[in-house]
Amino acid sequence: MTIPRVHHGVAAARGPLLFLDGTRRAVMGEWAEIETEEGRSLRGQVIEAGREVTVVQVLEETLGLAPGDVEVTLTGRLATAAVGREMLGRVFSGNGVPLDDLPEPAGAESRPLSGRPMNPVRRDRPSDFIETGISVIDGMNTLVRGQKLPVFSGPGLPGLELAARVVEGARIPGDRPFAVIFVALGITERETRRFLDRFRGSDVMTRTTLFLNRAADPTIERLLAPRHALSLAEHLAFDEGMEVLVVSADITHYCEALREISAAREEMPGRRGFPGHMYTDLASLFERAGVVEGRDGSLTQMPVLTMPNDDITHPVPDLTGYITEGQIVLGRELHRRGLFPPVDVLPSLSRLMNAGVGEEKTVADHRAWADQLYAVYSRGRDARETAAIVGEGGLPDEDRRALEFADRFEEAFVHQGEERRTVEESVEIGWGLLRDLPRDDLGRIDDEVWSRHGEGRDRSGAGRTEREDEP
Amino acid sequence: MSGADGGGRDGAAEARVTRVAGALVEAAPLPAAALYEQVLVGESGLAGEVIRTRGEIAVVQLFEDSDGLELGEPVERTGSTLTAELGPGLLGSVLDGVGRPLELIADETGPFIEPGSSARTLDRERTWAFTPERSAGEEVAPGDVLGHVRETPEIAHQVLVPRDGGGILAGIDGGEYAVDEPIGRMEDGRELTLLRRWPVRRPRPAGERLPADRPFVTGQRVFDLLFPVAEGGSVSVPGGFGTGKTVVEQTLARYGDADVIVYVGCGERGNEMAELLSEFPELEDPRTGRPLMERTVLVVNTSNMPVVAREASVYLGITIAEYYRDMGLRVALLADSISRWAEALREISSRLQEMPGEEGYPTYLADRLGKIYERSGRVRVPGSPERAGALTLITAVSPPGGDFSEPVTQASLRVAGGVWALDSELANQRHYPAVDWETSYSLYEEQTGEWFAGEVAPDWPEVRRDALELLDRERDLREIVNLVGPESLEDDDRLLLEAARMLRELVLAQNAFDPVDAYSPPEKTHLLTSLILDYRRAAADVLEEGVEFVRLKTGPVREAVRRVRQAPEDELDERARRAQELVAEVPRGEPAGGTGKPTDEAPERGDDGEPEPPEEEGGP
Ligand SMILES: Nc1ncnc2c1ncn2[C@@H]1O[C@H](COP(=O)(O)OP(=O)(O)OP(=O)(O)O)[C@@H](O)[C@H]1O
Ligand SMILES: [Mg+2]
Repeated sequence: MTIPRVHHGVAAARGPLLFLDGTRRAVMGEWAEIETEEGRSLRGQVIEAGREVTVVQVLEETLGLAPGDVEVTLTGRLATAAVGREMLGRVFSGNGVPLDDLPEPAGAESRPLSGRPMNPVRRDRPSDFIETGISVIDGMNTLVRGQKLPVFSGPGLPGLELAARVVEGARIPGDRPFAVIFVALGITERETRRFLDRFRGSDVMTRTTLFLNRAADPTIERLLAPRHALSLAEHLAFDEGMEVLVVSADITHYCEALREISAAREEMPGRRGFPGHMYTDLASLFERAGVVEGRDGSLTQMPVLTMPNDDITHPVPDLTGYITEGQIVLGRELHRRGLFPPVDVLPSLSRLMNAGVGEEKTVADHRAWADQLYAVYSRGRDARETAAIVGEGGLPDEDRRALEFADRFEEAFVHQGEERRTVEESVEIGWGLLRDLPRDDLGRIDDEVWSRHGEGRDRSGAGRTEREDEP
Repeated sequence: MSGADGGGRDGAAEARVTRVAGALVEAAPLPAAALYEQVLVGESGLAGEVIRTRGEIAVVQLFEDSDGLELGEPVERTGSTLTAELGPGLLGSVLDGVGRPLELIADETGPFIEPGSSARTLDRERTWAFTPERSAGEEVAPGDVLGHVRETPEIAHQVLVPRDGGGILAGIDGGEYAVDEPIGRMEDGRELTLLRRWPVRRPRPAGERLPADRPFVTGQRVFDLLFPVAEGGSVSVPGGFGTGKTVVEQTLARYGDADVIVYVGCGERGNEMAELLSEFPELEDPRTGRPLMERTVLVVNTSNMPVVAREASVYLGITIAEYYRDMGLRVALLADSISRWAEALREISSRLQEMPGEEGYPTYLADRLGKIYERSGRVRVPGSPERAGALTLITAVSPPGGDFSEPVTQASLRVAGGVWALDSELANQRHYPAVDWETSYSLYEEQTGEWFAGEVAPDWPEVRRDALELLDRERDLREIVNLVGPESLEDDDRLLLEAARMLRELVLAQNAFDPVDAYSPPEKTHLLTSLILDYRRAAADVLEEGVEFVRLKTGPVREAVRRVRQAPEDELDERARRAQELVAEVPRGEPAGGTGKPTDEAPERGDDGEPEPPEEEGGP
């Protein structure tokens, strides 16, 4: 690669972009260092190299920058992220700068910031389970190593809190080395302080790295933060052989930053002003999840986003849903009733769940159990709607039981407040709820499965229609 | 002599990179560069093609990531456009969007793809036993079969006279050959090999178009019964995220009745490809007992691989499909998703600062899409012996926000011969395949109906018609119920609702992951549907005799039909017989009051242990 070249002054500046003219030598994607008149030192990247114009995108605040007075050094190096195991336990900015008053990490190695596409023929199928400690996820929408499973939140819904809970609570069964990377995107100062207080010094911190991009940080940094995190994650997963979970929130802030930068570049806006390449851009993040054949580790992602207006067809949730392998959807109604986490089970789905559950992985008969809970709950939700019109009295018995079940399911299973639950605990709560129903209401569970889990109960279901009748 | 395009590199040694903007590169001087000519860019030889020329300057789009490319690096012409290498050894391969085997790329750069690979589609080391069918001195024309190679135990790979290569055969010999070794010679001196090249963006010449004469049997009840696609037909499968497009495509790749499957994973997920790749070498083709991978070519350009190669991947896939079609085979091209192809087109067009059309797509979107669909069909292949080949095209469409009025969906609907519209609401209810029977359609029902009547059951067209009618009537009745409440329903209407629900849950719904039910041969599809229609008729007679609907026991009937559906092969006949008896008998119980529903809804006990889609609200 080429040697550094220094340019005194640039032809023009617009937003985060600097335009250099007459560059004989420039490298696509190379790193630039910019010195301002008052001695500030900024970083940038060549996003277009040309004999006539070369465009440098500045990765920090450009306010007040005078084009004639800057000095731009094209370094000849490509954008990389320093990575290393010693970054666990540490806190960084979205730009990879330490925020914890400790020295820059030695960065044993560096990886390309944008990563390289994983070769599909070297991928292994995701097949193992990550326990988040959250019943609705572990039980009904199981997260599998190598998967990307987003959380669709809404304005005012506790998506960020759920993210933090997963960062704290995630575990891997067995003794495989495990790391969690949390990327906060565009969070407020107050939230930043809250996260720092919460995680620093906590016992999960040793297996955790935080990348905190604050709302006040330059927009462009929001685009870099997940890439720093993912480069570290790839290193830990595929060089160091660790199981790595990357939780990022809020992807909507990321997309808004993308829109802003795209506008500054005068690109054609697409739906709701978001750029036409947003699908590709988000895929370049989310597709970095996976498992590599013949290597020990895995990279799993749980991005959290806010659906503007609770609108699932908005480009941010829509394009995310088109890339990820399912979605966990939060419901406003559940939140209003004070339930946490307010996950709406009906539209939620982990597409890779089947690969990660069962006897050897989570618990025996996991799939049948989850299908049964889903079936009764979904019937109960329909019944709730009908009851709103005809009154509960107008419901057939089985529907009325399903409706009661739905209430209890939400309060006892979905809702868990502060508690962390193992998958066994979660599943047992579910069996408990199912055992309260007559056997005949449980059509998804065959006799063999029931003989293992329906113990101590009247199995005929005959004559039992009310909960109160039970022993 | 091995294909349509000659080689040749003529004096362009001086050309250098003068501008790099993402996937677009300008190089000069390249005065005589042909449009779509392939070039190698930079020291590492990144693959690209010329998409515009302006005097001395050629604008090149790169099939690879341009990071690290420096101004002044050399650009080399290749003299040919983006071509597919065609020949024995394609079956079972996994190629990137421009035809490089991903396995070779992995050998070069490990689990993460680095740009600049020069891997070629066909293995030059591997040899094939060629058996000639023509001999020296004979006159041959383009498309004539020269001989064959046994590519797999099932596929005799026909070696054809190149499209530009007729004349008198000077010599041709059987034996073991690598793909680029001469197998013979023409009198004018040109050599013949097993290797062909074809520019991917140009359709391979097809002779006369033949009418559809049989269905592409999918083994999926809702398609075979309600919305059949003909061999050589085209279907578009639009649906929002998570509605089941990929499952449809992958299920057809497994069970679709074709000689060769070309699967194009265009801008979608790596894990989905990993799933195919881990299963296909193990799974057996139900018809031949051979590993599925032996009849499959995978073209894979996941969403994080370069966008320009994503655009090319569809053309590569369809060229390979046409190549096998020309041997007289029945080929299916499954593309997931054509929307990602269109978006790639849009990204490129916007970088070129072309005038945008609707939603930023270039104005030529519909035209290009139409040309892709045009490449499907059943045709008489030019050349002797006389033969017909078919290329069936099934493409997934991913409308933003699930809104079918957007340009890519609309352009697809205009050219496709059938539409399997997937509905988010049905998917949310876990009714899979989430095919909306009200908005889906097929223009092939007539021709395919005759085939099904001849091969499966004479009353197939009537069964289909009755099933559709039942669903129609159900919709009308539901509207009435919503307006005036269930009390207003007559008993025969209630029966109708019950029968329609059985049809939806036991016939239209089909779990792609159920070991038994994932594949339903047309005979079984016909049987299950007939059972339900017969039950409705028999029960209507009973109501006619004055028996009240509430006395009918529908539970056991549902259970019997469900057991037929889940029957292992050796029990199918016995279970079918029992179900037929039960249907004729119309089981009844004592009247019970109150709910207006059949009294003894037997639960759907999963005696076969398979997951069931949850029940929907069926009755009032
Ligand atoms: N026939 C089926 N049987 C059982 N489950 C199905 C079926 N079809 C779809 N599903 C379920 O729906 C999920 C999503 O399906 P699929 O991946 O095909 O959606 P898609 O339309 O391709 O979505 P995207 O546009 O995001 O790629 C599957 O993971 C599976 O759980
Ligand atoms: Mg899909």
